[in-house]
Amino acid sequence: MIELTGVSKSYGRQQALHTTNLAIPPGQTTVLIGPSGCGKSTLLRLMIGLIRPDRGTVRFAGTEVTAANVQRLRWRMGYVVQDGGLFPHLTARDNILLMARFLGWSSERIETQLAELATLSQLPADGLLRFPTQLSGGQRQRVSLMRALMLDPDVLLLDEPLGALDPIIRSELQTDLKRIFQTLGKTVVLVTHDLSEAGFFGDLIVLLRAGKIVQQGTLADLLQAPADPFVTRFINAQRGPLVSLGDGRP
Amino acid sequence: MRFRWLFVVLLAAGCTPPPEIRIGSKQQPESEILGEMATLLADSTGARAEHRRSLGGTRVLWNALVKGDIDAYPEYTGTISAEILVGSGVRTVEAIRTALAERGMGMSLPLGFNDTYAIGMRKDLAARLGVTRISDLQAHPELKFGFSSEFMNRADGWPGLRQRYQLPQQDVRGLNHDLAYAGLISGTLDATDLYSTDPKICRYDLRVLADDRGYFPAYQAVFVYRADLRQRAPAVVAAILRLENCISEAAMIDMNARVEEDKQPESQVAADFLSRELNLSLQPRLESRLGELGRHTREHIYLVSVSLAAAIVLAVPFGILAARWPIAGQGMLAAAGIIQTIPSLALLVFMIPFLGIGTKPAIAALFLYSLLPIAQNTYTGLQGIPGQIRESAAALGLPVGARLRLVELPLAASTILAGIKTAAVINVGTATLGGFIGAGGYGQVIFDGIPRGDYVGLIVWGAFPAALLALMVLGLFEVAERLVVPKGLRLTME
Repeated sequence: MIELTGVSKSYGRQQALHTTNLAIPPGQTTVLIGPSGCGKSTLLRLMIGLIRPDRGTVRFAGTEVTAANVQRLRWRMGYVVQDGGLFPHLTARDNILLMARFLGWSSERIETQLAELATLSQLPADGLLRFPTQLSGGQRQRVSLMRALMLDPDVLLLDEPLGALDPIIRSELQTDLKRIFQTLGKTVVLVTHDLSEAGFFGDLIVLLRAGKIVQQGTLADLLQAPADPFVTRFINAQRGPLVSLGDGRP
Repeated sequence: MRFRWLFVVLLAAGCTPPPEIRIGSKQQPESEILGEMATLLADSTGARAEHRRSLGGTRVLWNALVKGDIDAYPEYTGTISAEILVGSGVRTVEAIRTALAERGMGMSLPLGFNDTYAIGMRKDLAARLGVTRISDLQAHPELKFGFSSEFMNRADGWPGLRQRYQLPQQDVRGLNHDLAYAGLISGTLDATDLYSTDPKICRYDLRVLADDRGYFPAYQAVFVYRADLRQRAPAVVAAILRLENCISEAAMIDMNARVEEDKQPESQVAADFLSRELNLSLQPRLESRLGELGRHTREHIYLVSVSLAAAIVLAVPFGILAARWPIAGQGMLAAAGIIQTIPSLALLVFMIPFLGIGTKPAIAALFLYSLLPIAQNTYTGLQGIPGQIRESAAALGLPVGARLRLVELPLAASTILAGIKTAAVINVGTATLGGFIGAGGYGQVIFDGIPRGDYVGLIVWGAFPAALLALMVLGLFEVAERLVVPKGLRLTME
């Protein structure tokens, strides 16, 4: 669905991404994971054209992403960031409908789509009329997801969508997100630094370190056939005390 | 039937419109009385005459005359030779007339009185020091002088006087002429420049020092007018010229006193004089104080609103461009900042050669002053939008213009509005300086009031309404804020 070929990116002297090739398979959830500063967000932002690669090409559904066509291609991608990136001056509803209204959708089409998304995301009905500051963190993420899905995009890109939430809300939303991904069957690319989250969502997991892809595969691949000692170190570091405790028992 | 008759009259009047005559005058009672006389006389010929009073000084009036903004104004021969015919050495009335004719201007014969400069001190101080002549001042280098700004700077004023009499005084300052009298009385000043027809000489019991080296030239009062007025409105010229050799020094001092001391309107004083000396019964052009207040309010609001609207139209896009291209933007904002440092009065006078006198230069100056606060706040407001919000708008696939309109400007609205509010309030204050160049407004009351010593009047009818207007502008913006700033943002602020 999305194909990056020989792509690299640096900020000043800082090499954020070394020459990288990556293909995002259609209809599956791909998780980009790694420690902070590993280049996972850079990779995601290259896909939606928020930044341009220094070298190499990004293709979306076979079309090369250029400055000229990136705006139209974005209509086929939904993008969700950590704290939602909602526009504070618009109600949840207006945030969600902004783009559809701009494209001149009929109100009938807008309402149908909105109703469908409301059911899917399980946002309380009165939440739609609230401003972002009046919503909880979890509700903001649901609104942000609805906004990303409003144009019924082919691809959904999420940059640490659960990163700013407290644990209970996080686990609720995590379950809901997975259900939504499965219902829609869209191509999803999700960035996280949390291995359990990656295992929960990911059909394909891409592990990065210092601007390079270390290994890609299923969680089982990473566990059983680590390509590099770093993979094992990364996994062990994330097992956490509870898991270790469980492992320690006979 | 009645209306048809009226219509015919209007039509006839419309076919041959009487010439419109504009008389100027300086910001001093004497000049305004003379200007009012000329206006009344022009009116008496059936011309529609307008009196643009209280214009700020010789340069302003002369430039306005050359540009055709005014047709005639009262002037003094000494001022013409020193200020207008600079360096030509022309001094006699005949020579001045010839020199002005070469510049396309006509000049009347002297009106009859000589309003020369003089140096005055308090009588008791002069007696104590034994000073009766200007040359006596040489022996008292400790004396403090305060001169009107015009006298301080003009070639035939203080610089020449100091040289001619070899005066040693160091403590010499320029200030408003009317404040100089107050300084003399309180003892903070020892000597100042006077007009010889100044009624304050008697009022404050001043000693006029003899010009024993004949420094001050004659300042015969005359009317200067555009030569083309003779063709355009010969009757008006003839009427004004009836004042030649008609006003004695005593009569002028008396009229000045009636205006300055007794607070009578110039128009009344001028009309009384014309009826006594020329046997003309003319209706003085009087306006009630409330009517005047209404007119000044309209003029003031006009100056502020037109200049502000123009500034918004230019400065908001300016700020948007600055936010988009920060390097070029900083340059543009710096340029607007430089304009801000030009003293307002200087900027106003600087405009006159290009825009004449009246509302145009005032609006232009106010417009320039409004640019910086509005552009700066637009820039700051847009810069302050979090990168994540900006990026979210881009990631949705909104084109640049739509991002600006739907997301960025609404988010910056309260900051932009605050900039416009700042500009508006500053404008209400600065617009009072419009009185200096004939733009009207509350400044007119203030500038008229200072020479007359009518401080209560200028506060009640000028300064106070201006302050009130500023407060109303603030209130208006409070309301505007409710309308313009999106509700979601006001929630955040609360």
